[in-house]
Amino acid sequence: MSDATEGADLSRAGSDIPAGKNLAVRGVFFACALVTVLTTFGIVVVLVDGALGFFREETLFELLASVGAGILAGSPTEALEALRSGLAARVTVTEFLFGTEWSPIIRPRSYGILPLVWGTMIIVVGSALIALPVGTATAIYLSEYADRRVRKVIKPTLEILAGIPTIVYGFFALSFITPLIQRFFPETGTFNAAAGAIVVGIMIIPMVSSLSEDAMSAVPDDLRNAAYGLGATKFEVSTDVVFPASLSGVIASYILAISRAIGETMAVTLAVGMQPNVTLNPLEPAQTMTAYMVQIGISDVSVGSIGYQSLFAVGLLLFAMTLAMNLLSLQIKGRYQEEYQ
Amino acid sequence: MTGSSSSSDDARTDGDELARPEGGDHVRTDGGEHANPFATVGDDIERKQRIGRVFVAVCAASTLVGIVALVVLLADVLLEAWGWVTLEFLTYPPSRFIENYYPGGRGAGIFPALVGSILLIALTAVFTMVLGVGAAIYLEEYAAESRLKGFIEANISNLAGVPSIVYGLLGLAVFVRFAGFGESLLAGALTLTLLILPIVIVSSQEALRAVPDSQRHAAYGVGATDWEVVRDVVLPSALPGIMTGTILSLSRAIGETAPLIMVGAATSMFRAPIEDVSGIPVPDLFGPFAAMPMQIFDWARLPEGDFQHVAAAGIVVLLSILLLMNATAILIRNKYETR
Repeated sequence: MSDATEGADLSRAGSDIPAGKNLAVRGVFFACALVTVLTTFGIVVVLVDGALGFFREETLFELLASVGAGILAGSPTEALEALRSGLAARVTVTEFLFGTEWSPIIRPRSYGILPLVWGTMIIVVGSALIALPVGTATAIYLSEYADRRVRKVIKPTLEILAGIPTIVYGFFALSFITPLIQRFFPETGTFNAAAGAIVVGIMIIPMVSSLSEDAMSAVPDDLRNAAYGLGATKFEVSTDVVFPASLSGVIASYILAISRAIGETMAVTLAVGMQPNVTLNPLEPAQTMTAYMVQIGISDVSVGSIGYQSLFAVGLLLFAMTLAMNLLSLQIKGRYQEEYQ
Repeated sequence: MTGSSSSSDDARTDGDELARPEGGDHVRTDGGEHANPFATVGDDIERKQRIGRVFVAVCAASTLVGIVALVVLLADVLLEAWGWVTLEFLTYPPSRFIENYYPGGRGAGIFPALVGSILLIALTAVFTMVLGVGAAIYLEEYAAESRLKGFIEANISNLAGVPSIVYGLLGLAVFVRFAGFGESLLAGALTLTLLILPIVIVSSQEALRAVPDSQRHAAYGVGATDWEVVRDVVLPSALPGIMTGTILSLSRAIGETAPLIMVGAATSMFRAPIEDVSGIPVPDLFGPFAAMPMQIFDWARLPEGDFQHVAAAGIVVLLSILLLMNATAILIRNKYETR
């Protein structure tokens, strides 16, 4: 490639373009692309560093600094001592993952994250119960039944739902959904898991419907025609041919939607409240992992305190959960794309 | 064969339940089942068509769920905000006392947060345009189909799925604390930049890909260098697409609350983040700032009933700006989408 251009490059012999300029420009653009890799790297380092400060006495960088100081002072025993005191356990990982009481700021303190994970799971399950069936049926309607013009109007209209700021959903839950629930169940409090699950469910409908519709539209018409030829009705074509054929794409959309529900923050903070609670009753308040992070964010915890460090431990778990979901979704979608090529 | 006959058995019982008045017909076809395997076909089709109709109705109703939810949500916000979005609301700082928001009160509103959000988005726009377009140009115009490119692209699509609050933690640790920007406009804008960068890159890549190769070849043919091709040929013709994608991403950034909470956006700022430098108003990059979604969050949490209306009024302002941004993006797209 470069040989060819250099060979044909006679006209540029006396040009004013410095030879290194192309390389420099390329370098600048590469640096821009590198920012995204650094972002991922930064997220992982920040979360691990902060989480270490939660589980141990010192964060990763504090530890490196204190051990480094010992080494620079030429005293290995001092460095070892720094390492040991820095690594002294504050919270054990077992307590964090399996403890059933979450109260990192208010005494008596305890650091079991299960109540927060439980809160998140209630929202995930509840919103999935709404969004997955509704989104799938919407996708089938748009892909198999709706007129092309209808689809061109409805699909972007539904996607508006995904573009509305989540704080607005939180407001919607407080001002409309919760009063509605209270009309049927008067004992429901201002903050309740059901309202949160409903608004998150509405929010993720377009993720399921749009991505599933894409997958269903990608099913070749040959399959449909073959089924019609065997005497299948449109219903059978939709449910027995198109749906299974697009299943991996549909499932990928489910996983992405669930991942979004896990990370959803403002709507659940406003609607579900800030009260860690292990309950099956959706009419009670609860607290999700994200809502806890907001609670710390708006309160005055001092930097380096266990409350502040707990942000990163919870954030790390949240990041790990969503990353696992996203990778799984990519994996499934990748398999699906091979099928029809 | 056995499978299909058993399913048609199920079918018939279903059909009977659904259609009592035609019971007589069913008895006859039942009797003939063993003699003639095709006797039930017509019956089945009727049943299937019935199921089909129910199915379409269910699917169409599901489609309506989303639409109705959207309409109810917008109606709810508008009704709650009715009469609360006034000129005073747009031009006064917030207040803890609900009386100040009443018409004829001292006047209270969203002004500092409105200015804060606009500055925040303007800054974010500058950063994302540079970084996002730069990265997209590298990936589309420079990078060979290598493992590195694949890695960067996979990384970008993973970043798009990271919850926004996690970006908030990144901003808190890197921009607020490590870089020492404090809880400032700059830290907020940089955090939002990283948050929407993946979307901007992907949409810019699409815009660059839409520029036909023939244009690039023509430019190379007259002796342009790589950089000249990008600067003078590819970028001008991809710019509308890039602008559209960037504005749409920015309209996501303007409503983001969680990352701003993490980087410590102020909940009650009584002045806009603007300094006076010898008579000229200049954005205060390193000072505290308020932003609309934070302000709305603050209002929505207040127990007094009427603050709900104030929060709704704030939402109406926020959604209006969002609408304006989206309309701009669509206008740009429609104007240049004639190729």
